[in-house]
Amino acid sequence: MRWREICGVAFAILLCAPASTARAQSPYGIGRPATAAEIAGWNIDVGRDGSNLPKGSGSVSHGREVFAQQCASCHGDNGEGGLGDRLVGGQGTIGTAKPIRTVGSFWPYAPTLFDYIRRAMPQNAPQSLSDEDVYALSAYVLSLNGLVGADATLDAKSLAAIKMPNRDKFVGDARPDVK
Amino acid sequence: MSSTIDTSDKSATTTRRGFLKGSGAVAGGVVLGAGASAAAETENLPPNVPDWMKAPGDPMGSQPYGAPSPFEKGVVKNISKNLKQYISASGRTPLQELDGIITPNGLFYERHHGGVPTIDPAQHRLMLHGLVERPLIFTVDDLRRFPSESRIHFLECSGNPGYTKPYGKTASDLVGLLSCAEWTGVSLKLVLQEAGLKPEAKWVIAEGADAAALTRSIPIEKCLEDAMLVYSQNGERLRPQQGYPLRLLLPGFEGNMNVKWLRRLHVTAEPAYSREETSKYTDLLPDGTAREFSFYMEAKSIITRPSGTQRLSAPGFHEITGIAWSGHGKIKRVEVSVDDGKSWQDAQLQEPVLTRALTRFRLPWQWDGKPAVIQSRAIDETGYVQPTLAELLAVRGENYFYHNNAIWPWRIAADGEVTNALA
Repeated sequence: MRWREICGVAFAILLCAPASTARAQSPYGIGRPATAAEIAGWNIDVGRDGSNLPKGSGSVSHGREVFAQQCASCHGDNGEGGLGDRLVGGQGTIGTAKPIRTVGSFWPYAPTLFDYIRRAMPQNAPQSLSDEDVYALSAYVLSLNGLVGADATLDAKSLAAIKMPNRDKFVGDARPDVK
Repeated sequence: MSSTIDTSDKSATTTRRGFLKGSGAVAGGVVLGAGASAAAETENLPPNVPDWMKAPGDPMGSQPYGAPSPFEKGVVKNISKNLKQYISASGRTPLQELDGIITPNGLFYERHHGGVPTIDPAQHRLMLHGLVERPLIFTVDDLRRFPSESRIHFLECSGNPGYTKPYGKTASDLVGLLSCAEWTGVSLKLVLQEAGLKPEAKWVIAEGADAAALTRSIPIEKCLEDAMLVYSQNGERLRPQQGYPLRLLLPGFEGNMNVKWLRRLHVTAEPAYSREETSKYTDLLPDGTAREFSFYMEAKSIITRPSGTQRLSAPGFHEITGIAWSGHGKIKRVEVSVDDGKSWQDAQLQEPVLTRALTRFRLPWQWDGKPAVIQSRAIDETGYVQPTLAELLAVRGENYFYHNNAIWPWRIAADGEVTNALA
């Protein structure tokens, strides 16, 4: 008897499972599944912890060459800025009357540098650089800011391990702040 | 009396709107030629029959897509001529030239981070992936198959205006990174439900298909509250400058989060901490800390007429009008002062008063011809009162940059000239 009940329940679950799965499927049945390959091709989001950073690595010295070719015309030969943002210096100025916001002085997470260069730089040809070049540029900009040595080579693990000086200086939105 | 005060009396015989535009010639580049006006007086005014009644006008079909009258050619976007570059840049709505609450699509403000892409909608896709049961890809036609909705909301750039001098001359210079439209699309909630959110889904990272691949993280609560995937604006498909063929709309949130040319929604447990939401759109306080994820645009208003670079033609009746808005809901009240802030009176609010939309306000006013300072302040349904610039600066300091929702007063001189009272 007991066994029959159990079988009955199990049978009911088997019957119901496809039905509930169907209900859990898209309510409108619009769109098509995205394949893993399609997602991998488009998902270029790099987490602040370095998650989703690609394989590969790049050195400061290679980054110096790529920077001269691809970046210096807008950001200056040494990242001092021009048409593009200043990238270097300013550490210690953020809490003063004249803050200088750069990668070194203001950016909280080093992997964001890789994410941004890969998706948006250089401005005239974004997403044209290899992952190795992006690692190298990240390394070079961080070296100009004194955050890695001139002989450094960065990969996913070592880039994520860098602690940026301004990391703990971000707070939540306290508005309304005038009452 | 009026001819001595009205320095552009040649145009005073044209319509009042024409006159106001003439007086805004410096900012808008509108020039009503005195010679042309004089000719019009002799040929086209009573008792004569005007020229345009003596011959047929342009035939049907001369403008397959209509354009404004050539006499309105000065009403264009307010685009600075002195920008370092124009790929990541902004252009403003000429607020002082507009009536009502809807911004014409051609005058909607623009802010781009990698230029305006030209996207073939047949080759555009929206990918929805991450913490969902079923990662999905949609065509634009797919998204138009969902139940649709239309809503009127404002959009405002977070930096509108900055906190430091030089301050702008016109209402557009000050807060022209603001526009309002009727948006049509599909509730983001429906699309997320189509994929099935996993319990740990807390954020959605939105990415644009522009050369900046602009990325912002949206809290899941907003995605499930009133966020929309928009394909039409004021009845027609989005303009390229507004994200054609698909954009995100987050009513009340700062403009850059309303990602244009939307191509990807990545459902995650934590924000992306992208460059835009760490190094750029954060608010630096005097102590060196910076506020991040400061999403909402707070209550704000500005008088658009009379406003900077316009000129009152003569003492007597003038309607004061302007716009008010709040990212936190409906405008409850707008108060106007015509005596440099000593006293305030309630303005009339034009219906409909909609949540997270522009609200038009008006106050009838008799100008006595003496110097005056006029200003408006908005109060929204949360009870929040629009602050002064001094109050904001006292709390935030001069390096804050974004979310300046200060009261902006206009000074009216004895000759009727209107200027920025804080400049």
